[in-house]
Amino acid sequence: MSNFPWLTVSGAIPLVGTLAVCLTPGRSAPGSDADRRSRDLLVKRIALVFTLITLGVTIAMAVAFKPGGPRFQFTQVYQWIPQFGVHYAVGADGIALVLILMTTVLMPVVILASWNDAEGSASPAGEAPPKRSVKTYFALLLVLETMMIGVFAATDVFLFYVFFEAMLIPMYFMIGSYGVGQRQYAAVKFLLYSLLGGLLMLVAVIALYVISAQSAVLHHQGSFLFTDLSRVVLDPTAQKWLFLGFFVAFAIKAPLWPFHTWLPDAATAAQPGAAVLLVGVLDKVGTFGMIRYCLDLFPSASHYFTPLVIALAVIGILYAAIVAIGQADLKRLIAYTSVSHFGLITLGIFAMTSQGQVGATLYMVNHGFATGALFLIAGFMIARRRSQQIADYGGVQKVAPVLAGLFLIAGLAGLAMPGLSTFVSEFLVLIGTFTRYEVAAALATVGIILAAIYILWMYQRTMTGPVREDVAAMPDLRARELWAVGPLIALVIVLGVYPKPVIDMINPAVHKTLVQAHSTDPVPPHPATVVLDTAAAHKNGSKP
Amino acid sequence: MTGSLAGALAGPGAAVATLPATGVQDLAWLLLAFPAAGAVILLLGGKRTNAWGHLLGCATSLAAFAYGVIAFVTMLGYPASQRSREVRVYDWIPAIGRFHVPLGLRLDQLSICFVLLITGVGSLILIYAIGYMSHDPERRRFFGYLNLFIAAMLLLVLADNYVALYAGWEGVGLASYLLIGFWQFKPSAAVAAKKAFIANRVGDLGLSLAIMLMFFTFGSVSFSGVFGAVHTASGGTITAIGLLLLLGACGKSAQLPLQSWLLDAMEGPTPVSALIHAATMVTAGVYLIVRSAPIFNLSSDARLAVTVVGAATLLFGAIIGCAKDDIKKALAGSTMSQIGYMMLAAGLGPVGYALAIAHLLSHGFFKAGLFLGAGSVKHGMNDEVDMRRFGGLATVMKITFVTFTFGYLAIIGIPPFSGFFTKDPIIDAAYSKGGTSGAILGTAALLGAGITAFYMTRVMFMTFGRKRRWDDGVHPHESPPVMTSPMVILAIGSLCAGGFLMLSSRLIDFLQPVVGTPPLSHGFFTPVSDISLAVVVVGAALGWLMYGRREVPVTAPHGSLVTVAARKDLYGDALNESVLMRPGQWLTRLSVYFDNRGIDGLVNTVAAIMGGSSGRMRKVQTGFVRSYALSMLIGALLLVGALLLVRL
Repeated sequence: MSNFPWLTVSGAIPLVGTLAVCLTPGRSAPGSDADRRSRDLLVKRIALVFTLITLGVTIAMAVAFKPGGPRFQFTQVYQWIPQFGVHYAVGADGIALVLILMTTVLMPVVILASWNDAEGSASPAGEAPPKRSVKTYFALLLVLETMMIGVFAATDVFLFYVFFEAMLIPMYFMIGSYGVGQRQYAAVKFLLYSLLGGLLMLVAVIALYVISAQSAVLHHQGSFLFTDLSRVVLDPTAQKWLFLGFFVAFAIKAPLWPFHTWLPDAATAAQPGAAVLLVGVLDKVGTFGMIRYCLDLFPSASHYFTPLVIALAVIGILYAAIVAIGQADLKRLIAYTSVSHFGLITLGIFAMTSQGQVGATLYMVNHGFATGALFLIAGFMIARRRSQQIADYGGVQKVAPVLAGLFLIAGLAGLAMPGLSTFVSEFLVLIGTFTRYEVAAALATVGIILAAIYILWMYQRTMTGPVREDVAAMPDLRARELWAVGPLIALVIVLGVYPKPVIDMINPAVHKTLVQAHSTDPVPPHPATVVLDTAAAHKNGSKP
Repeated sequence: MTGSLAGALAGPGAAVATLPATGVQDLAWLLLAFPAAGAVILLLGGKRTNAWGHLLGCATSLAAFAYGVIAFVTMLGYPASQRSREVRVYDWIPAIGRFHVPLGLRLDQLSICFVLLITGVGSLILIYAIGYMSHDPERRRFFGYLNLFIAAMLLLVLADNYVALYAGWEGVGLASYLLIGFWQFKPSAAVAAKKAFIANRVGDLGLSLAIMLMFFTFGSVSFSGVFGAVHTASGGTITAIGLLLLLGACGKSAQLPLQSWLLDAMEGPTPVSALIHAATMVTAGVYLIVRSAPIFNLSSDARLAVTVVGAATLLFGAIIGCAKDDIKKALAGSTMSQIGYMMLAAGLGPVGYALAIAHLLSHGFFKAGLFLGAGSVKHGMNDEVDMRRFGGLATVMKITFVTFTFGYLAIIGIPPFSGFFTKDPIIDAAYSKGGTSGAILGTAALLGAGITAFYMTRVMFMTFGRKRRWDDGVHPHESPPVMTSPMVILAIGSLCAGGFLMLSSRLIDFLQPVVGTPPLSHGFFTPVSDISLAVVVVGAALGWLMYGRREVPVTAPHGSLVTVAARKDLYGDALNESVLMRPGQWLTRLSVYFDNRGIDGLVNTVAAIMGGSSGRMRKVQTGFVRSYALSMLIGALLLVGALLLVRL
């Protein structure tokens, strides 16, 4: 099975699903309301089945992955536009693999959670629900999954760029057409911002190609292949400009302070499911891009800009956390917490230590599950009360204890409670940063206090206190909703107690990235020696 | 401190090797597994476990206690130098560079003391809670949380490295949060819970920075790694680590300046106050410092800071205790004060570590007993906690009265009760420190003993003495046996624990391999303890004069300036509010405004200039799809053009 095209297959399945959804009869087909409902149900079931199959395939792929093997596995390289050195080239290292896994885990969850989101619901004012095509929504979700897998799997910079930009289109429609509130404003803002970054990256991509075509290493054959480009030695000035072109695109995507203002608007306007994909996966492409492309292709420029990036990251961590405390809107608050967490991820990447980068990558995965759960549960609550304002809730714990309990666990993951997955990643980022940038790490650690404030204050205002009249009849989570968030909460707990499988996949990939970026961990001034003795003692005495 | 002395002091903690656990001790993970399983079953099981949930909650705790006793007996079978044993449970965070956190448990003389205290006193309090919470429809959830607490607290004291300790440390903070806010529908409880968690997080900041600094300096976070290398680090680094650990200890143990959460924490059900906010969790800070003895041994500055915090808090808490009319808050002030004694002792270094632990253990008995007594009174008085509405309860609640009296005699330190054996040696040791600091610390501790006698006498007389000041319709009654029997056992502990631990230096010798050189014993009934007894008698007499002989008015009198200040927790909250909360709120508002108008405003202005007005931007959505397509096209053309250019 070693030659099985795992990545292509897992990317193709959702695409087939998209076609299947498109082939079902549409809204305009004849039939009664009941017929229409059953057609919609068919679409949802098709989408769910295809995302589950994709999940199964990627799990099998993860099992087949050899952490100790070559950096990129399941590789496939085909010429696409031979004249320009563009390839269809895919391959996964440990970092890409765990992010693909996170994506395919989130997809069925999101589909289950957005089961009834596409239809829209009557507004509080009593207006009829807007007429929207359920079919299109789920087709968009499926095609988005293909692109998300593609963007992580691509090992050709041009292919990466294509997926990077193409992802915007389904998300744009999901926010603009299916969102709530100021959805069109938010969608356009999202698009313009991403477009700006994308075009900068495009310029850099072209320039990179131009330079590669002049490089003797590649025999003056221009190439977009990542493996080719990482062999090209760029002169420092060119590196700096190209780094900026890529980095700004990724910093907008991630988003890093001060490029973050589109995210709260977009996440607030999107349906909870779309918000999960936006914050959980699309934004990770930014941080993934930093660790894969910025560090690997432009190592010396990365070192040159590190102080700046670290400063922006630390500002972002604290600033976004403080702004989150002051939010009155549930989804906006969660979006700002994510901006703060993206600051931590960026900090970990640019600390250039193994702990920092393993922590950052692990954080990308954990954040997807934890914040995903938080968004979804908030969404379930909002769907009941039809308000995103925190002030409209109170005492929910009394009427919906399961919802409140899961919300609390997801919230505690947001504040990095030990025992939950986010703690491991956050602590790794902080300790990895501390070994090189003590002050930055110490400032970032203040974020743990701010996180406690924004999460617990939100919990206090929504869930505790006397039961407000307008939530008194709120039903607890339904079976479908439990099936959606249950797996995420379970993952948050399991990966908090036993993160080893994921870390084992990430560890070698990070090691190779650090080698490529010419960075090694700082050596402690007074290294302890006893560690080895106890380890030896354990070998003799303890359990297998 | 000279180098050789430093080496000698560092010796005992570092020199004793930790061996792999064998036999029954190899199963030490069971200690965590029992209560953790209980918590999982009770919290996931939901209403289905209502009928038997409380019994399961007690059973898991008792099972852990039984295992603790077995492990303890096994340990006593080993020679003193081989009692430190380690069990590796599994690889929690696999090696990443130098960073590696295997989940290891260390059973040694220090941790076993805590294991027995946590599971022993914990089980008693859980049994008590069966009765105390019998009318609460959510009793099962309560037991689930308490099981979670016991598991986390055991992880805290058993962990063999600082990261796992930190996990337990935050875990008990979570359990405390959940239990203070157990009656969430009361806004005051929800606010108190959040406040406790956030104040604790400030302390956690210190602890996590300490761990980072350790890793930075030594490349290790395990006890054996850090303690083995600590003597090679510079004095400044060691002091910094010590001070950061102290910040962590202040948060968890409600010491100045992070004390204010503990009084509000009394919003939680009384068993919680007894177990978490008196006997165990709040003493974790003392554990942290004693466990980190090899670090503190090398920094006299850090030790001095610990003693100052301890001495200041012991007076601070005692003064607050004098003014509170709420029986639980008076006891909470007393808890702060008593932990102040422990911190003071721990800060004295090798002389005081064992004394701190001894006082911690005896305090665990008598303070838990006092809280359960207070809970019993509250139970009988329709949930009234205002001592001005008590009075005359000695005759109606005889068992409560007698057990509470035992606790009272123990805390004020009347021989042969516990406190006498564990508190007076601390005062003695503080004076023995010598110099100005020794005199100041000793006098503070002595004065604290007098104030303690005063406020505890006040509590006694206001609650049990003389005239009944009950509200109409209150019919106090003795609590059921399920509540009184734990109280009786704790009362016996209050009588015996101190003497048992301290006579013939039993505990000091036991702990010696872990915490170092035993202090020179001055014996008991030294001049210092005679003076201390005299001070205690004066304090108690004053209390009797003011609250025993005189009538206690039902409404509180205006009181002096000091009384008013003490009632308001000596303005701890006011200070927090004016220095932290208000500026914090302003900063938040400013940041939100800046984010909306500043950054986003700038962005929107740019967008508006580029695309007409921002108002139009919202309306002509479809136009942007087209322009997006257009820009894609331009991009593609650019790309093709560039590629052709390179080709040519």
